Amino acid sequence: MLQYSPNLDLAFQALADPARRGMLERLTLGPASVSELARPFDMSLSAIVQHLKVLEAGGLVRSEKVGRVRTCQIEPGALSAAEGWINQRRTVWEQHFDRLEQYLEDTAQGAENKDHQP
Amino acid sequence: MTARSVTHATFCIERTLSAAPARVFKAFAEQEAKDKWFTGPSHWVRTERSMDFRVGGRETSSVGEPGGVQHRFDATYFDIIPGERIVFTYAMHLDDVMMSVSITTIELAPAGDKTLMKFTEQGAFLLDPADAPQREQGTHFLMDAVEAWLASETATV
Repeated sequence: MLQYSPNLDLAFQALADPARRGMLERLTLGPASVSELARPFDMSLSAIVQHLKVLEAGGLVRSEKVGRVRTCQIEPGALSAAEGWINQRRTVWEQHFDRLEQYLEDTAQGAENKDHQP
Repeated sequence: MTARSVTHATFCIERTLSAAPARVFKAFAEQEAKDKWFTGPSHWVRTERSMDFRVGGRETSSVGEPGGVQHRFDATYFDIIPGERIVFTYAMHLDDVMMSVSITTIELAPAGDKTLMKFTEQGAFLLDPADAPQREQGTHFLMDAVEAWLASETATV
């Protein structure tokens, strides 16, 4: 199972912004410095740092300062690719079965009538 | 050699469904019924669909956000016992990238006037992190995975 995130509100908040999702997608390719992260965005470095703080608070990214360079990476426990995929498959099926239950409920009346036919 | 990665895993979902096994089976067997529940989120659109529900028959379905990544389900049926069991294999593709190949067993058992459904999926989950084009695709699914993970964590909190 995936690591439990202690603060889901912060994680959701972190994912709610397209720039932060972009930064996260970049980090799935490997660790990056703050300036590398900033490159595709038309944004000041300080704005990027603010976004980074939100991602860190959400438990999705961790960063480490070595000398003058801050390197960021995906929080490994939050995002193991294989586990994420497996979990996603399960979630998709669970959602299908929620809809299946709804469908069975919605069609129950007609089916009962049919069942009662000789 | 490119570094490749495969993870083997099994997961199981059990549900008690409010209908007799015969009616649950029909919801899996008839395309018109299955189309009502075998769909993506409401804003997704289906771009491909076929269903040939018999041993050796195939079923395909492609869904996704309009203009977004296509989630393609490609299944082959191997065992069908009406009202009791369905066994099929399926591959999942995100656009052109195959993400997994699975064996899925659906077992239906009567439980009073309801049905106990046991869904078991055994899969080879393929991830090729060193393969650049695939990895680019993979990031989309990763984002989906994060969101699904958050959704499922929320559901259990």
